[in-house]
Amino acid sequence: MRGMTLIVKTTAGFLIGFVVLFGFYVVLTGHISPGGGFAGGVVLAAGLVLVILAFGADTVKKRLGHNLAVVWESLGAIGFLAVATLGFAAGSFFSQFLPLNEGFKLFTGGAMPLSNIAIGIKVGAGLFGAFLMLAVFRASEARVRKGKGGQR
Amino acid sequence: MEWPVARLLPLLVIIPLAGAFLTPVAALLKAGRFCAVIALATTAVLLALSAATFAGPPVAVAWIGGWVGTSDPGSVTGIAMVCDGFTRLMLMIVSVVAFFATLFSMSYMRRYERVGLYYALILLMIAGMNGVILSGDLFNIYVFLEVAAVASYGLVGYGVESEELEASFKYLVLSAIASAFILLGIGVVYNLTGTLNLAQVAGAVRTLGENNALWVATGLFIAGFGLKAAMVPFHAWLPDAHPSAPAPVSAMLSGVLIKATGVYVLARLVFNVLGATGASGTLLITLGMASMLVGVLLAVEQWDLKRLLAYHSISQMGYVVLALGIGVEAHVKGAYAVAALAVFGGLFHMMNHALFKSLLFLCSGSVVYGTGTRDLHKLGGMGVKMPLTSMCTRIASLSISGVPPFNGFFSKLIITIAVVWAGHPILGLLTVLVSFVTLLSFTKVQRYVIHGSVPKRLSEVRESPVLMGISLAALAVMCLGAGLLLPVYKGTILDPARDALLNGLGYVTSVFGG
Amino acid sequence: MTAHGFLPYVLCVLLFAVGIYAIAVKKNLVKIIIGVVILETSVNAFLVLLGYRVPESGDAVAPIITPALNGQAFLQRSVDPVPQALILTAIVIGLSVVALMVVMAVRLYEKYGTFDLTKIRKLRG
Repeated sequence: MRGMTLIVKTTAGFLIGFVVLFGFYVVLTGHISPGGGFAGGVVLAAGLVLVILAFGADTVKKRLGHNLAVVWESLGAIGFLAVATLGFAAGSFFSQFLPLNEGFKLFTGGAMPLSNIAIGIKVGAGLFGAFLMLAVFRASEARVRKGKGGQR
Repeated sequence: MEWPVARLLPLLVIIPLAGAFLTPVAALLKAGRFCAVIALATTAVLLALSAATFAGPPVAVAWIGGWVGTSDPGSVTGIAMVCDGFTRLMLMIVSVVAFFATLFSMSYMRRYERVGLYYALILLMIAGMNGVILSGDLFNIYVFLEVAAVASYGLVGYGVESEELEASFKYLVLSAIASAFILLGIGVVYNLTGTLNLAQVAGAVRTLGENNALWVATGLFIAGFGLKAAMVPFHAWLPDAHPSAPAPVSAMLSGVLIKATGVYVLARLVFNVLGATGASGTLLITLGMASMLVGVLLAVEQWDLKRLLAYHSISQMGYVVLALGIGVEAHVKGAYAVAALAVFGGLFHMMNHALFKSLLFLCSGSVVYGTGTRDLHKLGGMGVKMPLTSMCTRIASLSISGVPPFNGFFSKLIITIAVVWAGHPILGLLTVLVSFVTLLSFTKVQRYVIHGSVPKRLSEVRESPVLMGISLAALAVMCLGAGLLLPVYKGTILDPARDALLNGLGYVTSVFGG
Repeated sequence: MTAHGFLPYVLCVLLFAVGIYAIAVKKNLVKIIIGVVILETSVNAFLVLLGYRVPESGDAVAPIITPALNGQAFLQRSVDPVPQALILTAIVIGLSVVALMVVMAVRLYEKYGTFDLTKIRKLRG
């Protein structure tokens, strides 16, 4: 998959930072204003997709390959499970074990910002991986080896 | 264990989820065998935990985050995980079948690539099913249902053979329609009662009484979950989807998925949440009867082994739904003894079907592994070449046909007696007829798979590897034991499940304590 | 009941019917997928509409707590946030299901060279 023209590459290179920053913003302030893990994750994935679209998959395959998506997705999911399990320590499953201070501040909300970050990472990596599978890697690369006779 | 059972309940969902997300990382590090070991360890731990839930109060409720609610729908909306008798029965079924299917797939999946993906999807499916079974909240049921369903879509389309792609696509579309129905039903229930917690809805329904919106919600739920449970007329996806999957996946799909995400939720909603009404009873009886007849009549003419087994799944699930429908009808009429027998028969048959149907699919997987075909025309004489597989196939065939002393005989007998006792002698006759036709169909299977002469091209077939043999033998022993040892385990496993269902709208008191 | 009576609900059910029609009648795989998307969208819209509440004074506001709209004033004026949380999850689930369907359709196209369901069945034989 080739990249696009020079104009697109320059503009994209300038914009990607803002897109990713906006994604982080939406994830981090999920407990104060609308947004949160999933919406922020989608924006992050959009930023990464922008990189692939503008610069071409071949140039970025090494740094932003499929392995990266798989690893970060699993890390995000395990982070979410870890946050939920740590809630065990403060009573029941998934309870808020960090203090819930008064509203509208960034460092409040108990365990919610942490789970938002974990979900944001997972969704971003997951959607990016889905884009890679759909558009960049062809299904023929995922052939399943047949056994004797080929039936199952 | 000094930990109360309530704290155990989230672990039953977290552990398979964690396993499912560790497996791709392990696969990335090129440790293919390690993925299988993770999966096996996870299912073994789940088996132990499911057994541990039996030691605890009859109804264990875990509130997520400590947001405890009361039976008043206006109180704090917490998300609950409830473990009562019916839940424990389902947990045992899921854990046992999952363990043996994973054990089987350790050998079977060696012929495939990208095995890490397979184990991740299987563990996700198990996590979803456990979540559906344990959840005490209507929307949580939907979310975990979708998790299990999406994992199963991936598993059904696992290879890239032609028939599988179409089957997977058809399954996807039909299942998406079912999920839309279910979501619509959830919206109607939420609007009616103002809450999503199952026990609070039960309490609200108890005060509301009969209501048009309840009819709509019941109809939508029966349509949606009937499709997930492959009831006729929503059965079109199952005969294509189940044969296309690899054998251990078929065992799990037919053995537990259509039960945990279909029949379990249907029973829970119709009995405990929405209240048993005459119309829902009649509807369930009709659907069950139709499924039984259509399933078995279409199965007789099949020559593809796994497709035949899939049609029989429809038929046997029809038995369970018929029994539950008779239970609902009798419960409404006030004939509590009949209802108790019918529901007991239905639950017992559900458990038995999980055991012998998964055994049948694993046997078919063993046959395919050895011979490479599942066309009955091309098979023959496996009794000589694959003795263990043939013995297990024979045991499973006798179980499903209802031959004593295997477990199928007892559950079908109980269901037939309950149907006749409830005042439907014609339906009872049809039940016996369907059982007879099932016997016919499986005699054909035995004739073509086990007996007969070995075809020339199959002359070098050997018995399956040890791990596959162990799972087959263990399930076969359980088929025999489930029937003979019924008086031993009936009190701990089956009776509490039946009582939990027949409690009806008293679900609200059992969860909230009065 | 929304501010315009039952009309929005009827439109949602109409969309649902359109979705079912597209899935049942259309032969092109992509059109079937679009039918599923319409179906899921109609159910989501129905759920959101269920949460509408008419306050006694003023207009209904979205359920976002701000320093200006806090506490009792919020409870009196906002719509029900629970269905909105429900459809957030439902949208995500729908997205993943549709993504899977698209993958299946792409695979089928690579295998058979066509998106037409009748031709695929004929090729299978």
